[in-house]
Amino acid sequence: MSSLKKCFNIRSRDFIHAGEASITVQQLLKQMCIDPALIRRVAICGYEGEMNVVMHGGDGLYCVEINSDRIVLEISDQGPGIPDIPKAMEKGFSTASDEHREMGFGAGMGLPNMDKNADEMFIESVPGSRTRVRMSFFMEK
Amino acid sequence: MKLSMLVEILEALFLCGEDLSDIEIDKAGASDLMSDILAALSERSVLLTGLTTIQAVKTAVISGVTAIVFVRNKKPEPDVVALAEMHGIPLLSTPCSMFVSCGRLFDAGLTGLKGIR
Ligand SMILES: Nc1ncnc2c1ncn2[C@@H]1O[C@H](COP(=O)(O)OP(=O)(O)OP(=O)(O)O)[C@@H](O)[C@H]1O
Ligand SMILES: [Mg+2]
Repeated sequence: MSSLKKCFNIRSRDFIHAGEASITVQQLLKQMCIDPALIRRVAICGYEGEMNVVMHGGDGLYCVEINSDRIVLEISDQGPGIPDIPKAMEKGFSTASDEHREMGFGAGMGLPNMDKNADEMFIESVPGSRTRVRMSFFMEK
Repeated sequence: MKLSMLVEILEALFLCGEDLSDIEIDKAGASDLMSDILAALSERSVLLTGLTTIQAVKTAVISGVTAIVFVRNKKPEPDVVALAEMHGIPLLSTPCSMFVSCGRLFDAGLTGLKGIR
């Protein structure tokens, strides 16, 4: 399989379209006959990451790269950034607003779910400027 | 159990996906927190929730949930139903509360998401 890369825009606070990039990628991976368990992990991580950008970040980009040995997701935004990454990674930590909570978000479980489901995860953030989350998923040989 | 059986047990009605009433369900999960659902739910499972937002359906699509039951007679907006229909996820609405819905389904033999009861 040759390498394939696709990117989608994510708009901050656009809850109507939030999740569309993740669902589109999930369908693309299904068409490519990739292992359903792997697709599930990629879909969950992508969706949690996409929702984080919509809720907490600024406008951003959702990119997926599909190679023969791995799938890489990179979700970045022009956000306010994350001041304390270890704290943000803790189960239950959340700065979600009441509006987010009414929609079922704000459990503080998104980043921990991503960490659990990705084979590798890397977060980089410049407070006041941007955030980038990169996750890799290895294909079974 | 078949989805049609679950409909009977919960005195529920289909908002969409009635053609899928032969589908098999053996697990159930109840939550109003999207991250909980994403962490736990999967195939052959039904999601019981009080949340009728479009994100509830998107979360179900991502996690592979088979069907959604809205408790306490809640019904989502038409655009939410349309999205579920497009993704082949039956939506049901039951007059039962979350507690009573879970109790009845547990009684009928459904397990939790990890197969425990
Ligand atoms: N892209 C981002 N930009 C700025 N802050 C972020 C970003 N992603 C996460 N955060 C911060 O990290 C916290 C924890 O994120 P996490 O996804 O674990 O939980 P949550 O989004 O608050 O709730 P949940 O994901 O369970 O709905 C957020 O509340 C927010 O403060
Ligand atoms: Mg989150």
